[in-house]
Amino acid sequence: MSQTDIQSDIQASILRQQKTENRRKLILNGVLLVLLLLAPFVLYPVFLMKILCFALFAVAFNLLFGFTGLLSFGHAAFLATGGYTTGYLLSNFSGLTTEMGIIAGTLVATLLGLGFALLSIRRQGIYFAMVTLALAQLVFFFFVQAPFTGGEDGMHGVPRGELFGLINLEDNLNMYYFVLAVFLGCYLLVQRIVSSPYGHVLKAIKQNESRAVSLGYKVDRYKILAFVISAALAGLAGSMKSVVFQLASLNDAHWHMSGEVILMTLIGGMGTLLGPVLGATLVVNIEYQLGQGPLRDWVDPILGGIFVLTVLAFRSGIVGEVQKFVRKNMG
Amino acid sequence: MSDQYVLEARSLVKEFKGFVAVDDVNLNIQKGHIHALIGPNGAGKTTVFNLLTKFLIPTRGKILFKGEDITPLKSAAIARKGMVRSFQISAVFPHMTALENIRVALQSFEGNSFSFWKSGASLNRLNERSMELLEAVGLTEFANTTTVELAYGRKRALELATTLAMEPEILLLDEPTQGMGTEDVDRVVELVRKAAQGRTVLMVEHNLSVVSKLCDRITVLAQGAVLTEGDYDAVSANPRVREVYMGTGSSGERGAVPEEEAAP
Repeated sequence: MSQTDIQSDIQASILRQQKTENRRKLILNGVLLVLLLLAPFVLYPVFLMKILCFALFAVAFNLLFGFTGLLSFGHAAFLATGGYTTGYLLSNFSGLTTEMGIIAGTLVATLLGLGFALLSIRRQGIYFAMVTLALAQLVFFFFVQAPFTGGEDGMHGVPRGELFGLINLEDNLNMYYFVLAVFLGCYLLVQRIVSSPYGHVLKAIKQNESRAVSLGYKVDRYKILAFVISAALAGLAGSMKSVVFQLASLNDAHWHMSGEVILMTLIGGMGTLLGPVLGATLVVNIEYQLGQGPLRDWVDPILGGIFVLTVLAFRSGIVGEVQKFVRKNMG
Repeated sequence: MSDQYVLEARSLVKEFKGFVAVDDVNLNIQKGHIHALIGPNGAGKTTVFNLLTKFLIPTRGKILFKGEDITPLKSAAIARKGMVRSFQISAVFPHMTALENIRVALQSFEGNSFSFWKSGASLNRLNERSMELLEAVGLTEFANTTTVELAYGRKRALELATTLAMEPEILLLDEPTQGMGTEDVDRVVELVRKAAQGRTVLMVEHNLSVVSKLCDRITVLAQGAVLTEGDYDAVSANPRVREVYMGTGSSGERGAVPEEEAAP
């Protein structure tokens, strides 16, 4: 067999492998979709929506942390900015339909993300985390002081309104399917981004930044784009959350929230697509279940313990470990 | 004059706090040459490399590429102009396959690198060229292997192929044979020779037998300054070079007179 034959053979096998992988992705997405469509008939829709909002938040965070290698410690700022903006607009301008409020909240969070990115992107590692934390604290204090946020009490009574002025979102099932549609759209978008030509550059930057520079990539620009998309999706999660709960609260802006999204992503598996979704589901459930019972005051120490265990023993998170296991035993 | 030299450094100086790492270095790299930068440990060879590719900012001095002043440009822009470097520690993307490593380099010129909405399948048209480059360095059968699993010598070969994918006019290789056994060294020498066809190469190298086999011209650095320059015979006959390599009186850890190491 000639050299060219061998080459085209290998190329063909790589293409085949890509196809199998795509098919696997499609099946997994399908199963996920069916489960999520049926879920509100078994579980309380508002609880499910809470999970979806946090899952989107974690997916957004993971695009930056897991796929670009940038640890932001200020993502609460985008969640809160989306939430407050949407809450404020829907509460004060009755002419606005719900989706306009959500789009506006997302846009403001996106712009804030651009500002954060421009100020922080040249810092590396821990310094990057510290700059994002400091900026997020500024945003937090702004929301504490600003007259329209309701300070410590939060912003109550945000109307859910009507989607496109047609579909009544006061109905929990309607609301759920709207949140689900947005979540799935964003999830698929991130899936696409990660495997796109741009996603390959992100991967390269994450794995060896100076090599990416020496191949002619202006890495700062790629990182800024990733940061802005991540902030936009985090803002969208916050906007939807404020509509679902009809409440935008200071909790969402607190640094504690920035920590929680790191926890969700790490437990589920950073740098995997499903990881943050699973992580968010687990954390929201643990907080809720334990919050009901006698262990109420122990929620934070228990989550802390899980965090330590993950970092020490399952560094790639649940989904990451499962992937490793599957690859080892089936590949 | 400037047509003759692809790369020139003029009075290049790099000062760190209270310490001059590179002191008034002048380099003229002639087109088509394989030019070596040698010198004892700590002579400033890698620092010069970092300055030329702007991974470090020079304190003073000028860098000319094909006669054009590129001193103010950033690293990525310099790479795009056709001056591509490798690193001392093998610079690959460890969790990509060998093929993907090359594709990332090819993609640099595609203009689709910000297309986050496009399918990854759009990169498949780079596969064929990637396979050719892998073939050139003897890695065809490892195309679909994750790079982290490749042996050290193969990683270096992959790195070279990735660098070649950029179609550079001048290649800057930082110790391409570092940490290799004899067999791998011979392979790399062949690879560099092949890669240098129609190109210019500037390489930092410790292994003087490699230098003697490959290089047209040699610049010796010592303590941040140019000690001497010339072809291999001239440089190895220079008593000051011997002194620097021997150290005065001490047995010296590198301890090799160039001629001795050059012996086959």
